[in-house]
Amino acid sequence: MTGSTPVLEIRNLSVALPKGADRPFAVEDISFTVGAKEIVCVVGESGSGKSVTAFTTMGLNPKEVKAVKGEIILQGEDLLKKSVAEMRRLRGEKMAMIFQEPMTALNPVIKVGEQIREMLEIHTELSPAEQKARVLEVMEDVSLPDHVKMYDSYPHQLSGGQRQRIMIAMALALEPGLLIADEPTTALDVTTQAQILELIKDIQQRHGTGVLFITHDFGVVAEIADRIVVMQKGKVVEQGTRDEILLRPQHPYTKMLIASVPSMEPSHRAEIDKTAPALIAQKVNKTYGGVGLFRKSREVHANKDVNLVVHRRETLGVVGESGSGKSTLARCIVRLQDPTSGHIEVEGADIATISESAMRPHRRDIQIVFQDPYRSLNPRRTVGQSIVEGPMNFGVSAAEAEARAKELMEIVGLSAEALDRFPHQFSGGQRQRICIARALAMQPKVLIADEAVSALDVSVQAQVLDLLDDVRERYDLAMLFITHDLRVAAQICDRIMVMQNGVVVEEGETAKVYANPQHEYTRTLLAAAPGRDVAFAK
Amino acid sequence: MLTYVLKRVLSTVPVMAIVAVLVFMLLRLAPGDPAAVIAGDYATAEDVERIRTQLGLNDPIPVQLWHWLMQLASGDLGTAIFSKKSVVELIGQRIEPTLLLSLCTIVFAVAVAVPLGTIAAWKSGSIVDRVVMLFSVGGFSVPVFVLAYCLIYVLAMWLKILPVQGYKSPFDHGLLTFLRHMVLPVMALSVIFIALIARMTRASVMEVLEEDYVRTARAKGQSEWKILIHHALRNAAVPIVTVIGVGIALLIGGVVVTESVFNIPGLGRLVLDAVLARDYPVIQGLILFFSFIYILINLLIDLSYTLFDPRIRY
Repeated sequence: MTGSTPVLEIRNLSVALPKGADRPFAVEDISFTVGAKEIVCVVGESGSGKSVTAFTTMGLNPKEVKAVKGEIILQGEDLLKKSVAEMRRLRGEKMAMIFQEPMTALNPVIKVGEQIREMLEIHTELSPAEQKARVLEVMEDVSLPDHVKMYDSYPHQLSGGQRQRIMIAMALALEPGLLIADEPTTALDVTTQAQILELIKDIQQRHGTGVLFITHDFGVVAEIADRIVVMQKGKVVEQGTRDEILLRPQHPYTKMLIASVPSMEPSHRAEIDKTAPALIAQKVNKTYGGVGLFRKSREVHANKDVNLVVHRRETLGVVGESGSGKSTLARCIVRLQDPTSGHIEVEGADIATISESAMRPHRRDIQIVFQDPYRSLNPRRTVGQSIVEGPMNFGVSAAEAEARAKELMEIVGLSAEALDRFPHQFSGGQRQRICIARALAMQPKVLIADEAVSALDVSVQAQVLDLLDDVRERYDLAMLFITHDLRVAAQICDRIMVMQNGVVVEEGETAKVYANPQHEYTRTLLAAAPGRDVAFAK
Repeated sequence: MLTYVLKRVLSTVPVMAIVAVLVFMLLRLAPGDPAAVIAGDYATAEDVERIRTQLGLNDPIPVQLWHWLMQLASGDLGTAIFSKKSVVELIGQRIEPTLLLSLCTIVFAVAVAVPLGTIAAWKSGSIVDRVVMLFSVGGFSVPVFVLAYCLIYVLAMWLKILPVQGYKSPFDHGLLTFLRHMVLPVMALSVIFIALIARMTRASVMEVLEEDYVRTARAKGQSEWKILIHHALRNAAVPIVTVIGVGIALLIGGVVVTESVFNIPGLGRLVLDAVLARDYPVIQGLILFFSFIYILINLLIDLSYTLFDPRIRY
């Protein structure tokens, strides 16, 4: 803290949830402050109430979610006593917000410059020409390249990082005292994330803005926080300076959260029998586009001459940023997409370019677990129906498939009774366990996890990672683990493969690659991993 | 973009050809004989037969079809059996009332329905929303002719503030007289469109109001009103415009009925008269003409998407 009066002071705030919610209050009796020139990180898992706190401050909660007690004091004014019109004036002028997903947070049909200018149009008396001049000024301030030209661009023409810079420029156009950032880098690639965090720190220092930074990612917290507020189920369980919380946490929940953060230090892995490859890919290519009607359209090489081998009981990590082709590779190997050329050998059969009907018998050998457990289970079918469907397609009797489903539910840590329930009755982590059980029901040789733990809270993430490692060993699986998260990769992968623009740039044993990266891009990735220098309390 | 337009325009040719064949076949399958109608009630079987031969109706069907398609290919829609006028000329004579009626209906319907739907979406669940949706269900359910006679009874015969029927060209009688005669037909014809477009607007705007960028606009301190106009409506436009395009097909059906009820000498009446007389060339020509208009309008609508959404490029 800088000692002066705080920009934002939240005192004994309680926000009620509508009747029928799983608890009466979204946040209960919370208090904390954000000083000028200070970044306060509110950390917590999903459902902790951290976003509700941010939205209540902005006055953007849905009508049913109401603050019932306490005060939110922004530069001396209690926001909870303001009328709708007064709040509207304060939003943008005194406090501004940036969001998680800059693609959807920007209006797709309005030029980005105009969207920033709207802020000035609402709150200032400047003439349109003056407004535009000011917009260009803030765009330059957030280091947007070629900002004069970019003023007339639409959001879809920009990269993720540029879009978030536009959001930041918009938020800062009127130099508000408080900036609320709700997971602003979660949807970004790790190198972009590093740049945006740098930008937020830099701008906040130069303009003396107080920042309320909502995140679930302790790496990001370590990078950016001055102080940390830890929330659990609507309550503040602990708060303190960055070092106090990260290095000497007191509350058991904080300790558990921090201990769950996967370490950048690769874990020790058992020796692998390298004589039994389960999956071999050679020169796999996937090209989009190509022949147009009147002119040759642009070709995109999503995968270019990708080679890989995964042995039984081995986990090969494929890491890279969005657009690196790692998910395309996974989809080609499972034949959800058809590779343009190459060989993919599973159990001695080359499945890369065989017909769909010839592929069918091989489908059960390769199973995949997707990123989003909320969308990858059919909401209208019971969990049991989803799990037995695959084996029964391959001629397993209903009784046998059900018996196996029960067994698998125990293995993934759920009870057999859960088979009769529907997906919405489970949490995200439980659903991902169900997805793993569904994949295992096919008795595959190769399991592909495509960002399978990326959507999960950190404590749940650790458990699901353990589960994946456990089933790999139990069933002699070869696992292909696709991820953007270098911390996660360090924990579970025997070897890793780094992809950039569809090409494998580096491959090797995880420990060796992390300790001594050979390729420039690998070094950039490792350097960008947030909080890499912090030894979190264990 | 140009390539796309070219492709779309070229693709109308096979579509029109298929429509032509279908129309031809359906008419021949339907009962009724133009020769019998021409010959009149007292004609002998020989008279009818003679007329049939004159009209070429005794040729094998494939030969008749071939003749007609060849005629079409040279840009000729044929000649009416009764009036002996060319079908193109007939369409030219009757197009003005229909065109103006359709145009007024669409403009009126959009002008009423889009605000209604937007307000219903904004206040979704409220009494305003429910009234709009009730009206919308009602609008779908009432046939045009029932509504038309009700409107005539109340506004023209009882309150006597509007003419009962008829058409006055704006070029001959002035705009005001024209509009006075248009009010009732436009109201009758547009109700179903208002219902349709209002519903789609409501659904589309409601969806857009859930989007993150609407939240961003609120976070900027933008007023609800401007959020609706600037942010929501333009993003909601594509489905709304699409349904307007679909509505043009409904309009063609509605025009036939409305013109009959209000005694408007337009294409709709021409269709009805031709059907009753089994005037094959006229029916065929008109259906082809309507199909062409329909395809053209939908092409224009697809192109208009680029105006609303910069992400759409052809």
